[in-house]
Amino acid sequence: MAATQVNPTRMELTRQKKKLATARKGHKLLKDKRDELMRQFLDLVRENMALRQKVEAGILAANKNFVVAKAGMSEETLHTALMAPKQEVYLETDKKNVMSVDIPVFEYKTRTADENDIYSYGFAFTSSDLDDAVKSLADVLPEMLRLAEAEKACQLMAAEIEKTRRRVNALEHVIIPQAQANIKYITMKLDENERSTQIRLMKVKDMMLEETHHYKEKQAAKAQ
Amino acid sequence: MYKIAVIGAYDSIYGFAALGLDTFPVSDAQEGEKMLRRIAEGEYAVIYITEALAAELKHEMSRYQEQVIPAIIQIPGVSGNTGAGITGVKKSVEQAVGSDILFGNN
Repeated sequence: MAATQVNPTRMELTRQKKKLATARKGHKLLKDKRDELMRQFLDLVRENMALRQKVEAGILAANKNFVVAKAGMSEETLHTALMAPKQEVYLETDKKNVMSVDIPVFEYKTRTADENDIYSYGFAFTSSDLDDAVKSLADVLPEMLRLAEAEKACQLMAAEIEKTRRRVNALEHVIIPQAQANIKYITMKLDENERSTQIRLMKVKDMMLEETHHYKEKQAAKAQ
Repeated sequence: MYKIAVIGAYDSIYGFAALGLDTFPVSDAQEGEKMLRRIAEGEYAVIYITEALAAELKHEMSRYQEQVIPAIIQIPGVSGNTGAGITGVKKSVEQAVGSDILFGNN
């Protein structure tokens, strides 16, 4: 029997049947959604990992260069050199819809037309190591932005996949079996009611016939 | 029009200023938390955060995890790579698949 109490009526039966049909359809759709999300996620997460390794290696190298640059210059000169940046990066953001998940798309723009216009200092008082360091960092920037895009998308998709998976499981293991059990319970109950009504009618018919024709009395008289 | 922020210890992030990213040097976790909250609600679409600082601001960062913007991305600081960024990627695989089937062995 079903865990929850349902009224064994025809109306309830129709309702439960409708619910089962909807649940089945929803289950199929969500399952498809989950599979497709998973496929795209796996591609994206592989890209994410590759980008991350590249970016981390790039930043590590850049940091080394900065340490070297710092060693060759006084701290004040370094601070002054980087104090007023010439370049500025702006982001245009857009959203892309992947299987109902909004993932960000970034497009970056630099303030000056020349992207390589990154040296915010005169070359007189700074070492060439600093130029190298800034250049090495500038080289990883496009990849850092793609990493930001990919990683955010992965996080959002992972959350959505988890949600979808839960829904699929809930439908498959709770809602659908429950509806099926309810339908079975109601059908059995209705059949049972029908049988008992039938029997009752037969009995009533017998009694009514008895009352009009007095079969039993006649039979008794005949026997005597 | 959004901008890009970099947050972390000064030594790890000062180089990014030259590229035109906005740098926000912080010295401790408390300051970092306040700063992160301020810039996350501002005009920044991407926030790079050093792994060292991120480790102390896990709770604060998780608030922005489900939002499309800002994207908070961990980067290694000057003191070296702690592997937190890679762990983050693995974690999202684990969340989606149930177990880490892609990068489990490295």
